[in-house]
Amino acid sequence: MRSTELATRNLREVLRDPVALGIALALPLVLLLTLQALGGDDAPFLTPTRLTPGIVLFGFVMVMFSSAMILSRDRETSLFARLLTTPIRSEEFVWGYSLPYLLVAGVQAIVLTVVGIAVGLSSEGSPLLVALMFALMAVFFVALGMIFGSTMTVAQTSGAYALVLMLTIFGGAWFDLEEIGGVFVTVGDVLPFKHALDGSRAIMADGAGFADVATDLYWVGGYAVVAVVAAVIVFRRRMYE
Amino acid sequence: MQASSENEPAIRIEGLCKRFGSRTAVANLDLDVAPGELFSLLGPNGAGKTTTIKMLCCLLRPSAGTASIMGHDIGNDPLAVKRVIGVSPQETAVAPNLTARENLALIAGLHGLDASRARARTDELLEVTGLTQRADDKAKKYSGGLQRRLSVAMALVSDPAVVFLDEPTIGLDPQARRGMWEYIEGLKGETTIVLTTHYLEEADALADRVAVVDDGVLVALGTPAELKARVLGEPVMIVEAVGVTDDALGALLDHYPQAHRVDGGIEIPGEDVSVYEVGDCLRPFDVEIRSTSTKHVSLDDVFLELTGKELRE
Repeated sequence: MRSTELATRNLREVLRDPVALGIALALPLVLLLTLQALGGDDAPFLTPTRLTPGIVLFGFVMVMFSSAMILSRDRETSLFARLLTTPIRSEEFVWGYSLPYLLVAGVQAIVLTVVGIAVGLSSEGSPLLVALMFALMAVFFVALGMIFGSTMTVAQTSGAYALVLMLTIFGGAWFDLEEIGGVFVTVGDVLPFKHALDGSRAIMADGAGFADVATDLYWVGGYAVVAVVAAVIVFRRRMYE
Repeated sequence: MQASSENEPAIRIEGLCKRFGSRTAVANLDLDVAPGELFSLLGPNGAGKTTTIKMLCCLLRPSAGTASIMGHDIGNDPLAVKRVIGVSPQETAVAPNLTARENLALIAGLHGLDASRARARTDELLEVTGLTQRADDKAKKYSGGLQRRLSVAMALVSDPAVVFLDEPTIGLDPQARRGMWEYIEGLKGETTIVLTTHYLEEADALADRVAVVDDGVLVALGTPAELKARVLGEPVMIVEAVGVTDDALGALLDHYPQAHRVDGGIEIPGEDVSVYEVGDCLRPFDVEIRSTSTKHVSLDDVFLELTGKELRE
């Protein structure tokens, strides 16, 4: 219950900054509508089915940044020291900071998917399976935000955001990795982004089932679990100044 | 509120040390604080007061030694320690985008108070700190003084057995400071309070015992009266006068053997120096008495004597 108290406070912080919230929700949406409008026979990569998962992933990176920023900012204040003197455990702390941003990520993914469907996104496969893939990605990114927020200053967090955004290139959100080949495919296979995008596109466009995308789910799920455990461990160390 | 077992101190500190590299912030501190006692830590900036409090609140690991709060060891059982303490850090520690009521509810919730108890404590503390009228304004809209009051209230909302107040009245206007003193004084006996302050009169007025620390070392420990007696002993009457001859001083020494000449007059140490008697002694020798005043020993004097430094805000 202590994590709920902390989550309530952090959710209030999110909702009381409507400009930041609006940007987090609107920017990916504008990007989706703009890019899909440019799509066509000459640009097959800009169809809603190819674009939407990548833009959801882009939105999650923004959520990661916001979650890292609130924690990083709090750490620089006496309020954080006060919170650390209350009987709250490290895992409750991480959950209390993560929950509001998981909610924002969820709303963001739903809005993008619904708008995507309205402009032509295929919805052949199981919505639950797509939701599972997106949920694992959201958990991974928010946990990553917790790690950055626990260890970095506000300025450093901005740098980490740029780095992660750059790494998502290896997911194949904006172009076909197979066409480029080489190191892009090798690195892409090791990181979770390509698995998340390939898996969700296969479910949406081809109606792939669990067995078809199990490997992708395990990759993304594995990264999510490792990130959450790492976030709790890192935070536990941060509970002492 | 929890109580420690009978005869057990609320806070026991044994050989507590904190080193940052080659610098020793707290050196081998031994101290007991009794349940219900209001205990003040006095020292200049960098003396080790806040570092000591941070170790007791489980925010810093000691380099050596140990301490327990209400019987709970700070190293082995930090969660149990955190259940029985309330802390008001040196800097104002409030969530700026939350209202006063929400800030108090947050800390009450994190301490596990149920909703009705949290509401009752919140209302009580809003009243005590004079924040009721602005309870639903965001904290970032408050003046520094109001934020300070809220910060102190947040330390008390869980009704803790031990409260650490690090410079609680800094930034408050005299009226608000007086109100806070009254509230803190009302907690004496029920709640164990550790107070650090730059206002020596605050420690003098409130504390049962005072520990003077300097450069991480405990320099003196006792009640304010004991410390004052140890340093200068007794009040001193200062007689500003012109024409104090040896005969005049001799007449005075018959009554007050400790009287002595100083620049501009005479000083007469003692509890029972009578201004009339002094006048009767000096007048026959045509001494012109311009003024008399009595200097009482203050904790400022104690501090200066013990550390060679003045304590300033």
